Amino acid sequence: MRHIISILMENEAGALSRVVGLFSQRNFNIETLNVAPTDDPTLSRLTVTTTGDERVIEQITKQLNKLIDVVKLVDLTEGQHIERELMLVKVKAVGAQRAEVKRTTEIFRGQIIDVTPSIYTVQLAGHASKLDAFIQALGGSTLLEVARTGVSGVARGEKVLSL
Amino acid sequence: MELLSGADMITRFLADEGVEYIYGYPGGAALHIYDAIHRQDKVNHILVRHEQAATHMADGYARATGKPGVVLVTSGPGATNAVTGIATAFMDSIPMVVLCGQVASHLIGEDAFQETDIIGVTRPIVKHSFSIEDPSEIPMILRKAFYIATTGRPGPVVVDIPKDMTAPTEKYEYVFPKKVKMRSYTPVGRGHTGQIKKAVDLILKAKRPILYGGGGLVLGGASELFTQLAKKLNFPVTTSLMGIGAYPQTDRQSVGWLGMHGSFEANQAMHHSDLVVCIGARFDDRATNNVSKFCPTARIVHVDIDPSSIGKTIRVDVPIVGTATSVLEEMLALLDESKTQLKADALVDWWKQIDAWSASRAGRIYEPAEPGETMKPQQVVEAVWKATQGKAYVVTDVGQHQMFAAQYYKFDKPNHWITSGGLGTMGFGFPAAMGIKLNKPDEEVVLITGEGSFQMMMQELSTCSQFGIPVKIINLNNQSLGMVRQWQDLNYQARHAQSYMQSLPDFKMLVESYGHVAMKVEKAEDLDAAIEKTFAMKDKLVFLDVYVDPHEHVYPMQVPQGSMNDMLLSKTERT
Repeated sequence: MRHIISILMENEAGALSRVVGLFSQRNFNIETLNVAPTDDPTLSRLTVTTTGDERVIEQITKQLNKLIDVVKLVDLTEGQHIERELMLVKVKAVGAQRAEVKRTTEIFRGQIIDVTPSIYTVQLAGHASKLDAFIQALGGSTLLEVARTGVSGVARGEKVLSL
Repeated sequence: MELLSGADMITRFLADEGVEYIYGYPGGAALHIYDAIHRQDKVNHILVRHEQAATHMADGYARATGKPGVVLVTSGPGATNAVTGIATAFMDSIPMVVLCGQVASHLIGEDAFQETDIIGVTRPIVKHSFSIEDPSEIPMILRKAFYIATTGRPGPVVVDIPKDMTAPTEKYEYVFPKKVKMRSYTPVGRGHTGQIKKAVDLILKAKRPILYGGGGLVLGGASELFTQLAKKLNFPVTTSLMGIGAYPQTDRQSVGWLGMHGSFEANQAMHHSDLVVCIGARFDDRATNNVSKFCPTARIVHVDIDPSSIGKTIRVDVPIVGTATSVLEEMLALLDESKTQLKADALVDWWKQIDAWSASRAGRIYEPAEPGETMKPQQVVEAVWKATQGKAYVVTDVGQHQMFAAQYYKFDKPNHWITSGGLGTMGFGFPAAMGIKLNKPDEEVVLITGEGSFQMMMQELSTCSQFGIPVKIINLNNQSLGMVRQWQDLNYQARHAQSYMQSLPDFKMLVESYGHVAMKVEKAEDLDAAIEKTFAMKDKLVFLDVYVDPHEHVYPMQVPQGSMNDMLLSKTERT
């Protein structure tokens, strides 16, 4: 099953490589990963999506917790949560496709954020499955480049991941 | 206020931390630190002949004393040579601090001379690592390094020190940090009382229980409480290989250690038990055999300081995260308070069964050599046990001799059985024995090794001459890599690929050339006298080269992918 694990860790050199290294060392899966400092510049928040049965996920969270740089973590998929991913897509926009891409972007509530006579760059945010659907919907067009941030998320309601 | 250079802060810190010996090897990036060592007299440096030996010396010391071992090496090859020793300590949870010189900060990343990203190289085999980025951080980072290495589940910590951090001209304020607090690291404390109660309930109801102690009891100083619990319950007691000595092996309740080459009765008792109470072991593959066939009728209580050890390989009924001492104390107290008490005769049938298993193998499954025959390795270990009255620190390398030592030397105290269990590092034994002897000069320290393992670290004979380290070495010389050969006998129709040690040196001449004493024993009738002579020479390193039967196998041996009690009992018998 797919899990989203969010980690608060020390914003220090080497911390990221310890987390990533742990996944490869112990044969765990990383599907997406993103990381950036939080409002507290001494802390980074790293979010990873991974797959595995209950036992594997238990090992992943336990092993992550063991890392000295990891301060706190939560498996967001254990409860109600909101997840989002941002995608930038560069797509060929000439002839009939020019209007078609624009229409599809509007249907998916994306924005065209850069334009040339032959190219649109579309920005789309949402659940990872929505981004997948958008790419499918553009099936008839020529995709030139896709850049996705990987999943980020928070728990719904009052639950927070903070110190 | 005291102003010190980075290098002087390091030596001063080590002295303030109470470190008496460090083990290491100098080189360019570490020279400022070496100069600081030369200018003080509180911390003694032991110069090894290969950095791997420095780590094993520190490791042996840590295993015997419970205190962290400290290593100092230079950058690049100095640090990479230490890697095997760091991994060895990591797998067995041994507290160790490894200080590595590094090229100067402005050169890092430029492939400078003797530059290696040792933080990267060691990342999967350390508990944590630090890089010094400002000399003023040195006291606090070292304090954290020792704190992390020694608390919780112990382990090695690497500190990378670029050369400019130790420059003699730049001085900084030095204060020994009394307190250390890290928001991201809180060592585990007491176990959950509700869980401990559940465990006690199972204990009181069990009909075929077994206590299973691991290396965590030794590391956590919990052997005495564990023994108290066992005595109170009258349960049979087994241990993992790393837990040997946590319970007196000569006691009636001890069924020996379990696993691949564990005792017949321990493996039988585990397999047939209805309750396994495991404290401080991690159910590794050499202990459990096939996990899907492991202890089919048992409920499992697992106490460990490391939550990730619980449920990692086997399903657990009552997980308890806590220190062994605190959980054992609470279990003992709960048992005292409990209204239901164990009935005196509750385990009569179980003990009858266990005694029958023990009797059927009579604890010994080899035929000692007759006079004139080649000796059996097992009888040499038994002779060493008798000669040292079971009181020695026994250190081993890895292979058949290691298993024979574990089987035939009986340990009644913790911290006396010193072996590389997790990583299985050949070459570990000699330096580890040196580290113990150096720190415990009045104790008997015996290395039981084989000619394969010994040759991996034999350059340390030179270190022993320089510093006068009189370890006793029993070389079970079967002129082959015995354990490899055994597997080849069993699984490869006796095709002995590369397991025959050709061109062996004359060990007697070799050892004598370093100024030590050596003897060669080829006949069984000469063994006792040679062993007696060996231990009579208190102040000498004595190397006893004992020729043993190369065809001998280690039994029992669990059948691969079988259950705990699927065992080969000899070359012709199987359970």
